[in-house]
Amino acid sequence: MSDLLAARSQMAVSLAFHIVFAIIGIAMPVMMVLAERRWQVTGHAIYLDLAKRWAKGTAILFAVGAVSGTVLSFELGLLWPRFMAFAGAIIGMPFSLEGFAFFTEAIFLGIYLYGWDRISSRAHLWAGVAVAVSGTASGIFVVIANAWMNAPTGFELVNGQAVNVQPLAAMANAAALSQALHMTLAAYAATGFAVAGIHAFLLLKDPANAFHRRALEIALIVGAPAAVLQPISGDLSARHIAVHQPVKLAAAEALFRTQTGAPLTLGGWPDAAARETRFAVHVPYVLSLLAFHDPHAVVKGLDQVPVSEWPNVRAVHLSFDVMVAAGTYLALVALWTGWLAWRRADLAHNRRLMRALALATPLGFLAVEAGWMVTELGRQPWVIYGVLKTADAVTPMPGLMVPFLTFTLLYCFLGVIVAWLLYRHIIRSPAVPEWREFYMPGGGTRETGKETA
Amino acid sequence: MSLADLVAGVIFVALNAYAVLGGADFGGGVWDLLALGPRKARQRELIAEAIGPVWEANHVWLILAIVLLFTCFPPAFARLGTRLHIPLSLVLIGIVLRGSAFTFWRYGADEEQRNWGMVFAIASLMTPLLLGTTAGAIASGAVGDGGWGSGDFYGTYVAPWLNPFALSVGMFALIAFAFLAAVYLTLEARDREVREDFRRRALASGVGLFLAAVVVLLLSLNRAPRVREGLIFAAWAVPLHLLTAAAAITALVALWARRWRVARVAAAAQVSLILWGWALSQYPYILPPDLSIANAAAPAATLRLVLAALVAGAVLLLPSLYYLFRIFKMGNPSSVNRHP
Repeated sequence: MSDLLAARSQMAVSLAFHIVFAIIGIAMPVMMVLAERRWQVTGHAIYLDLAKRWAKGTAILFAVGAVSGTVLSFELGLLWPRFMAFAGAIIGMPFSLEGFAFFTEAIFLGIYLYGWDRISSRAHLWAGVAVAVSGTASGIFVVIANAWMNAPTGFELVNGQAVNVQPLAAMANAAALSQALHMTLAAYAATGFAVAGIHAFLLLKDPANAFHRRALEIALIVGAPAAVLQPISGDLSARHIAVHQPVKLAAAEALFRTQTGAPLTLGGWPDAAARETRFAVHVPYVLSLLAFHDPHAVVKGLDQVPVSEWPNVRAVHLSFDVMVAAGTYLALVALWTGWLAWRRADLAHNRRLMRALALATPLGFLAVEAGWMVTELGRQPWVIYGVLKTADAVTPMPGLMVPFLTFTLLYCFLGVIVAWLLYRHIIRSPAVPEWREFYMPGGGTRETGKETA
Repeated sequence: MSLADLVAGVIFVALNAYAVLGGADFGGGVWDLLALGPRKARQRELIAEAIGPVWEANHVWLILAIVLLFTCFPPAFARLGTRLHIPLSLVLIGIVLRGSAFTFWRYGADEEQRNWGMVFAIASLMTPLLLGTTAGAIASGAVGDGGWGSGDFYGTYVAPWLNPFALSVGMFALIAFAFLAAVYLTLEARDREVREDFRRRALASGVGLFLAAVVVLLLSLNRAPRVREGLIFAAWAVPLHLLTAAAAITALVALWARRWRVARVAAAAQVSLILWGWALSQYPYILPPDLSIANAAAPAATLRLVLAALVAGAVLLLPSLYYLFRIFKMGNPSSVNRHP
């Protein structure tokens, strides 16, 4: 393994690990605040219990997110010093703003988690709102910085040096809006469906459990609208990259040849050497239609650039299809849920819906990981698109295998522990009896309080 | 004073805040590791309660310093990341393990509690040691192009920090953080016995800090000439040393006289003054001996925007921080809830 590949792998592992905790840190506080608000409005203790339990889960996940985010901010210099030397002055601004947003988030999360008995209930709720808002803001700032790597602007290149630096113009880059929107929606959809899926799974065994029913409701309120809006935001992104990053779109769609009326390529096994995708389903005209809203539009293929500037077509195309498939599934389940809710059906007793939701548990996160593979691998061999190659940005330090393996092991270890702790946290969900009369209109007395597996 | 000097000063203020706030959280972990005697469990409980609500906010001072550094002084950040890759990676592992272990310990399952407490404590000991070592490497001028980089791996990536002077600064940082933590904990303790435990620890580590300072100074004689000359011969040196000495003596006397609040302010002032002594001694260099603040600075457009953002951010942040500390650090400690 070359040092460059080791550095890229370490960055990939760090990002893939952190992103899970980052998006939970964005969306969990929203659910926690909704539950607390419902407690204040209805007075039902079940919502207070829910808010406290979600807060506890958030505490664990936020801490891991905070420290793994610290790792990333250092790794920019540890692995890519030449990228930072070039780009720091141009694109450091959103990182600085993110620093403030993250600061606010950490302060108010501390107040929220430890302040239940110390401040008024109104102040406590607002502390939660501050966590949710600043969490979303910090995510947006970081994504804006990444968008600049895809659509660099706000400087002039003179003899390899950036001059006439304009950080605000860099932040207002062409990719910023579509990426920030796509990622924020993804955070709510992925986290909302993950939580909904877990409670749906538990409701399959015990559909009368009020705790899980209320949790499911709130999780779906956060996740379902985002999942429905996400395909629209995805369309915005696709049309953006069709114009600004045609190579990325060509790799995502495994489109080797520039053509009019380009087909949509579903699945298959791209073969870059043979310039074809075997075993794929080709739907004529649809790619042109999606990318330019015109079935006869010309879509640029990989033949526009030399092979040396191709990303890994197979990885990008398959990641793209995984993202789209998972996202589509979530959107369809969200629509189905919305339809049932509108018809005032009892969601928890709809076993097919509960199964579909349980299946959705990991899919949002899968889509997020796959989406980042598309955007990061699809930009290669560039770290700043068209400006700086990744190979020219890497640290001169040899032996990068060692830190790569060290951090990979560390994160595997932490991942297992967190999964175990969350599992314990979830199976200790409260037993039903306290709430049963509140929620089973028939006053049923089924003894199903123990949902431990 | 130039724009770049101003921004560099703000970054150092953030590092100073990290040292006196985040540093004390690491120091708490050190005392967890060294918890002794019949009140061992109560000491540990107090430490965890003191750290719990604030450690994440305190930690962000470091992140803020880092993002401001790479935004405003990109070449300095690039060189630090390259030459100090190894100790900084180790610092990161320490930060990850400290934070995760603390959370797992406080929120996790009961049976493994002590194991996580142990990971938390050891990471709390290693991280300041390595952070201080990197600071020592910078101060000694080893992270310069004209430093010890003889070209081979050891000379370029190891020797700058694996040397007696840098390690002595690491030791100094560790003792300083432990001292701060012990002083703060005397104020947060609810019962007299535990308070006296930490008073003894604060006095001992205060004396230890003095001894460590002597070691650092002796080693600086031939390892960090610039720091040494700054600290001894500069025009500001004598008044600064007098102030630092006054703070140090005030802290120890206040501890002796059980004036806890005075001790807290004096200890924080003492550590801050030491840090500013370092900053002044290497001014105008950000990475001595060759990279100056002016040469490393980002274009003025960036610096101006960052300063504007800092002002706006401070308006948001300072009241929030005040609120956080008012809730958890000024009220009646007896109402702390143990398991939120």
